[in-house]
Amino acid sequence: MNNMFKKLIKGGMGQLAIPLIAIALLVIFNLIRDPGFFFVGISHNNDGNIVLQGNLISIINGASELAVLAMGMTLVTAACGGQDISVGAAAAIAGSVLVKTLKSGPQITGGKVLLAFILACIVAMIFGSFNGTLVAVFKIQPMIATLILYTCGRSIAYWINGGATPTVSSPIISAIGSFIPGIPVPTPVLIVILMAIIFKLIFRFTSLELFTQSVGINGSAARLNGINSTFIKLLSFIILGVCVAVAGTIGVSRLGLINHETLLLDIEMDAILAVAIGGNSLGGGKFKISGSIIGAYVIQMLTITLYAMKVSSTDVKAYKALVIILLVVIGSPVFKDRFNKFVNRMRGDKKGISEKGAAKA
Amino acid sequence: MNRSNNKQKEPLTDTQLLMGITIGIFFVMYIAAMIFLRGGFLHSQQLFDLLNDNASLIIVSCGLTIVMIGGGIDISVGAVTSLVVMSCVLYLNKGGSVLVSILLALSIGLAFGAVHGFLVSYLEIQPFIVTLAGMFFARGMTTILSIDPQKVSHEGFKSLQDIKIEIDWLGYTAKNGNHIPARMELGVVVALLCVAVVFIILRYTRTGRGFYAMGGNQTSSLMLGINVKRTRFSSYLLSGLLSGISGYVFMMHTGAGNATNAAGMEMNAIASSIIGGTLLTGGVGNVIGTLFGTLTLTTIKKIVVSSGLNDPWWQSITTGGMLCFFILLQSIVLRRREKSKKSA
Repeated sequence: MNNMFKKLIKGGMGQLAIPLIAIALLVIFNLIRDPGFFFVGISHNNDGNIVLQGNLISIINGASELAVLAMGMTLVTAACGGQDISVGAAAAIAGSVLVKTLKSGPQITGGKVLLAFILACIVAMIFGSFNGTLVAVFKIQPMIATLILYTCGRSIAYWINGGATPTVSSPIISAIGSFIPGIPVPTPVLIVILMAIIFKLIFRFTSLELFTQSVGINGSAARLNGINSTFIKLLSFIILGVCVAVAGTIGVSRLGLINHETLLLDIEMDAILAVAIGGNSLGGGKFKISGSIIGAYVIQMLTITLYAMKVSSTDVKAYKALVIILLVVIGSPVFKDRFNKFVNRMRGDKKGISEKGAAKA
Repeated sequence: MNRSNNKQKEPLTDTQLLMGITIGIFFVMYIAAMIFLRGGFLHSQQLFDLLNDNASLIIVSCGLTIVMIGGGIDISVGAVTSLVVMSCVLYLNKGGSVLVSILLALSIGLAFGAVHGFLVSYLEIQPFIVTLAGMFFARGMTTILSIDPQKVSHEGFKSLQDIKIEIDWLGYTAKNGNHIPARMELGVVVALLCVAVVFIILRYTRTGRGFYAMGGNQTSSLMLGINVKRTRFSSYLLSGLLSGISGYVFMMHTGAGNATNAAGMEMNAIASSIIGGTLLTGGVGNVIGTLFGTLTLTTIKKIVVSSGLNDPWWQSITTGGMLCFFILLQSIVLRRREKSKKSA
């Protein structure tokens, strides 16, 4: 049993151990608290479609924007060893561009939605490459470089909106934000699956994953091996830009309006947290996107669990903080070391301790 | 560098150069505002208002400068400030004494600093995540304490709040002929005192020099015999303590607790430190620069408002633009120096 646990922590599963343990703990806790928590029901929504309902669905649905952003954030974190704190602000800009384009004519057609989405993508990519240039070319720490857009991004969105919070109502937009007629699964979930598949395909058919890791581990060594580390860093920010546009589009479609102040508020912190809970080092290097996606669902499940326990939405943060601290303490190297030593001592296995001591010396 | 023995002047350090640029830009900006915008900028009260409004930001930025010099980050400072304000207001309204409320503020700040320091330095968890959790916890606790805004009704505190330092000769004569002296709040004195103390700590104490060494290169400072863990712990402890002081100063300025108090203060504090020449990578920074960084940041906001750009978005867009300018300037200046060092 101990061996299995050790293997789980130290072996290949090591990185995914913490997020998986977190999910398992949350599931067990919820099952004890209220066995009906994970009940998934089928009902008819206002338009008469058959849709899935329940806490589980709202967890998976609600975490969509976070999961999409966490994917891009993982790449930036791995390549640059720092985080983009402007994703929420950039998503507000992308959402504003989307709504502005949709509002430009009387009718909203499918082609126009596509055009608006592409425009939002382009704008988000431009802002992404602005951040990327500061980081890759001017060698500024990512957090500082993105602080600029964090400061002024939401104001730029407000400016694009012309000082208002315009609404859009169209069956296409509500289909993106909630359900496509005939499909019982919420559309944002499908978008997340699509994005995950696209990332998987990119990693399968290009060497982006390898290049990103080598740039993150040692930029100058990667450069000496013929990898253009500047370009890889810039590319990671541009890919994050696409993720930002997708997340912004989901966010706007959910509500049918763009509010520059509240759209995806504080999501940058949650996205970084998802990356960290996913077992990725915030200092760059090796990464697993799947870990970050699970991390995003951990955060959302925690939030929904707290809501189900009648904790008010403003107080959730305090409890969330305690769980985060617990998770990172369990995941910290010092704690793991102590834990292993403790396990060894319990088994009377002095050899393990002396080996450890020798390795440290 | 050795070849320049005949040169009289010692080359500036990175810290002094970046700080010098900021101080220079601040004075140029302020004088330009005096010439072109006139109005309030001609009165000394404008400068004192800047200090009055931002005393707590200055204090928080000092703490952040210490942490950043040590190569860390603390994004919980704004939330801790807000929590301190709320708990002190509630305590005072229950009939507590002023002295105990000050102790309460300091102990909340110290407690946060100690927990952060322990987790970061002894358990080696990434500081961003630790202080992010601290920020969430403090914000959550603030709303748990009270979601409604609370006003202080304590008599002793109000009399403390009303103490204003009046400087007669810096005042001006109003249109109706009354002479109005320049007013400075008690919080400003506290803030300037904090700047002075932090300056002395960073410059003349063993721990303070340890911050620079640790931020510059952790391994070599360990080899020099610096207790890196304890030094890092004390940097977070100091930052927490200063957040506590900042909370009290914030309360003296507003006289009310609100869940949204000091929202976004951590980012403003980081921006102030950066503008003042502190590098997030650690090892470079100066608290005097931070003071002028805060003043520059707040002056530009005031200039935007008084120059008639009344649309609500201009303030943050210009702040962002200025931040961009400073960050690029630092990057270019530092890279040039590195190149010239290499060639020398």
